[in-house]
Amino acid sequence: MTSDVRATLCSRAVRVRERIIRMAAGGGCFIGASLSCADLIVFLYASVLNVAPGTKTSKDRDYLFLSKGHDVPALYGTLAEFGFVEEKRLDHHLAPHDSIYWHPNRAVPGVEFHSGSLGHLPAVALGVALDIQMSGGSNRVFVIIGDGELNEGSVWEAALVAAARRLDNLVFIVDRNGFQANVRTEDLVPLEPIDAKFAAFGWATARIDGHDFVAMERSFAGLPIERGKPSVVVADTVRGKGLPSIEHRADRWFVALTSDEVTALIDELHGGAETVLASHARMVR
Amino acid sequence: MTYEERLTEIAERNADVVVMTAENRAAIRNLPGRLGSRFIDVGIAEQTLVGAAAGMALRGRVPVAHALATFLTMRAFEFIRTDVGVARLPVKFVGALAGFLSEANGPTHQALEDLSLMRGIPGMNVCCPADEDEMNEALASVVDDDAPWYVRYNARQAAFRHRIAFVPGIAEVVTEGNDVALLTYGCLTRECYDAARRLADIGIAARLVNMRTLKPVDEAAILRAARDTSVVVTVEDHFAIGGLATIVAEVAAANDVAVRLHPIALPGRWFTPAPLADVLECEGFSGEQLARRVAAAFRARNESRGHVHV
Repeated sequence: MTSDVRATLCSRAVRVRERIIRMAAGGGCFIGASLSCADLIVFLYASVLNVAPGTKTSKDRDYLFLSKGHDVPALYGTLAEFGFVEEKRLDHHLAPHDSIYWHPNRAVPGVEFHSGSLGHLPAVALGVALDIQMSGGSNRVFVIIGDGELNEGSVWEAALVAAARRLDNLVFIVDRNGFQANVRTEDLVPLEPIDAKFAAFGWATARIDGHDFVAMERSFAGLPIERGKPSVVVADTVRGKGLPSIEHRADRWFVALTSDEVTALIDELHGGAETVLASHARMVR
Repeated sequence: MTYEERLTEIAERNADVVVMTAENRAAIRNLPGRLGSRFIDVGIAEQTLVGAAAGMALRGRVPVAHALATFLTMRAFEFIRTDVGVARLPVKFVGALAGFLSEANGPTHQALEDLSLMRGIPGMNVCCPADEDEMNEALASVVDDDAPWYVRYNARQAAFRHRIAFVPGIAEVVTEGNDVALLTYGCLTRECYDAARRLADIGIAARLVNMRTLKPVDEAAILRAARDTSVVVTVEDHFAIGGLATIVAEVAAANDVAVRLHPIALPGRWFTPAPLADVLECEGFSGEQLARRVAAAFRARNESRGHVHV
């Protein structure tokens, strides 16, 4: 990866994070989980997915499904970055007259399917991948799954079937940010070793730093990891990545910010001092 | 013609149709050979069946997804509601062994709330064919429709020849009569037909109405029954809550029409597991028992009105 490409990716990711922070104003959003997968989503649209505003309904496009739907601000921020939606439309976040709310709605251009109930899109993506396999297509299906989401049995049910069907056009990306809603995953229902679990289910696995574009390039360029097997990329990430005042904090899963806090957090994103958040985290789950 | 032959015909005519199952193959045993890759068995995984069917529909396929009615509509309920229902994808669900058809399997397999669950989903349609003939006829309209459907699989032999074509939301009046109305659907249509003839023998003219679809429901047929007869009896192998009796009450109330409703359904308990004929007998749903129950309801109604017909 050239330094120019890397610099472009970094500046795109910064802009996406700024949009996420702005979407946390007023009614708020799931900021921690959005920031953890922002780099992954930016990289997918910049360098991996064969999809653009002009081909977003093409049968030959690559699909990206957000199974952990609460990270949708990262997707909206990225869709604005790549011209799927107008930047100004993000100002409608939570406005009743638009479809931009806490979970994805496919009325927003570029959103493939709605989600919010965890453990659903592995199966939906499996159906899409199966149809592509049956039709002899070469497009690929990516699914971003939360680590806490791995608690859901339906993820593993779909994983079994995907391996049985030898769906090497299907790629799960686990956003391994270490937290589920209110607690650390390993303190509740330990998940590790995640890659070994998928391997035991017949998947080819890779484990990367989910904030390292060079590692992403290496990993995503080599898909499928193994012919005849679905791939899982377990991406180690930091919940709240980019904002030390949010990072690693169980109580900053969902925040609703004042406009002063938005300004302060954007300054913090650019290297400014850590923000003291007056807004309290809301327990929404 | 069997259901399987009919489904093969439909799939051969429409290349978008895929037949899916959660390893429930009783009714579609020969389809793998006939349909090749368009037959998809995901194994005993109802949630994956439903989610994958939604994904297939997103790609323009029309999945006809099979599983036992309890596991399909209850274990995978939220997948049906969220993935198929919210998006209104044209997935066709076929639930086997619903109602009394689970026979001796016991409560784990008794789908007695499947219809209340399915009809509660916005955009979902519900078809309860009276017999194999009607199911085969309905199948083409269900598959061709743009909406999601739930079909209560019923391959019982027809007790009579259907005289009007299947149209969603149009009930079939099987026998004419203005004393009592017998509203039913699905596998009990056979017993109700028997009961209507027995009632005729004792001088009670029963209007037997085969509802065919519970959603959309034939509101006009319900209102006519309420207006023309002295008691409307609903007969169903479903819990009393949320099924046809509830639908009749909802329709009557919404239209400000008074109805004397006598529901014959499963009270809040599971039925005695046994072969079908014994289940019907134990639970009071044989033709003879139904005739007696309906006649009693009719007489009670007329006595309370102070004039006895029979």
